[in-house]
Amino acid sequence: MENLINIGVRSIFIDNMIFAYFLGMCSFLAISKKVKTAFGLGIAVIFVIGVTVPINWIIQNYVLTEGSLAWLGEDFAKIDISFLQFIVFISVIAAITQLTEMAVEKFSPALYGTLGIFLPLIAVNCSVLGAALFMVGRPYNLAEATIFGLGSGTGWMLAIVALAGVREKMKYSNVPAPLRGLGITFILVGLMSLGFLSFLGFTL
Amino acid sequence: MSTEAAVAEEVKEKKSEPLLSKKNRKLISNPLDIDNPVTVQILGVCSALAVTTQMKPAFVMSLGLTIVTACSNVAISALRNTIPSRIRIIVQLAIVSLWVIMVDQILKAYVYDVSKQLSVFVGLIITNCIVMGRLEAYAMANKPWPSFLDGMGNGLGYGMILMILAFVRELFGAGSLFGFKVFATLGIPYQGNGLLLLPAGACILLGIIIWVQRSINGYRESH
Repeated sequence: MENLINIGVRSIFIDNMIFAYFLGMCSFLAISKKVKTAFGLGIAVIFVIGVTVPINWIIQNYVLTEGSLAWLGEDFAKIDISFLQFIVFISVIAAITQLTEMAVEKFSPALYGTLGIFLPLIAVNCSVLGAALFMVGRPYNLAEATIFGLGSGTGWMLAIVALAGVREKMKYSNVPAPLRGLGITFILVGLMSLGFLSFLGFTL
Repeated sequence: MSTEAAVAEEVKEKKSEPLLSKKNRKLISNPLDIDNPVTVQILGVCSALAVTTQMKPAFVMSLGLTIVTACSNVAISALRNTIPSRIRIIVQLAIVSLWVIMVDQILKAYVYDVSKQLSVFVGLIITNCIVMGRLEAYAMANKPWPSFLDGMGNGLGYGMILMILAFVRELFGAGSLFGFKVFATLGIPYQGNGLLLLPAGACILLGIIIWVQRSINGYRESH
């Protein structure tokens, strides 16, 4: 249990997808103008990462790695199809994203309208594939992988909501006209990530 | 309408618009400037931050991305009327991965050294949002030839930003260009600025590039 909490806290703060690894930047920058939409996208990303990481864990450990097909019988024990990793992972992610898109379209048409192209782009949100690949590189079991997925998603949402909060206040400041919008946002993200670097010193 | 008539009509339509008409030239030139994928459309930022610590990977990445974007734009554009919208994301990603695997194989066959250095980055093209962003925004609604130009233009616009970023980061962060030690050769003692090699430094640098670009072309964001 303690271990699970550790992994959760680590993935939210210390290994934050945005500020430590800079994954999933595109939608992070584009959809962070308002806290409300940022929150909506954050929930969608938590859902997608939280579902795809465990699914990919099961696929990785029972299908892809060498010897993992042993449950099918003796003959399959030596098959190694780990070179299919990328395409299998991305297909799972694409399918879950499509599912999320349909759900959002049905239950919240307003949010669907604001997210626009960035909803299908969750499929190529590097933080989703990134989380799946990090999970492969670390010796997690299924429960740990699930917590790691949910934690990474939460960290991503935390980052986008924080940035959206700052940007809402930025409206009232007098930024030079050419720097307004995306330019100042990039500089903000740089400074925020320098702040998050201080978490790197913590060991749990 | 019989197929022959349809073909004839298509030929006629093509004739009425020259291959590099003003509109088509805009498809190439706009992404370099007022419609840049990185600094205006906010696509492909992750890789722009990740591969630009050195110029060589940045160069190969932009080249690979240009080819993949252009080719998958053509493929999706040709198939656009037959893809059911419910499963379009999977279809798009399948086509993109196909092209990425082909680029990877070609690199392995002809320039094995480079491909060995860059294998991770080539795989990263699949998750580069420029490719899928252009498929969604342009190729799904336009004909193959303009889609091809659109893909080329966006690839070049991305490459341009990447090269500027990599130039500044490698020169002032590590004191070299394409691995060639510039400051050491010139005999200037230069320590190297570690901040530029961090992603945070790249973020701030990109913000400044956007500032300069928008001061020149007058593009403003509406709030």
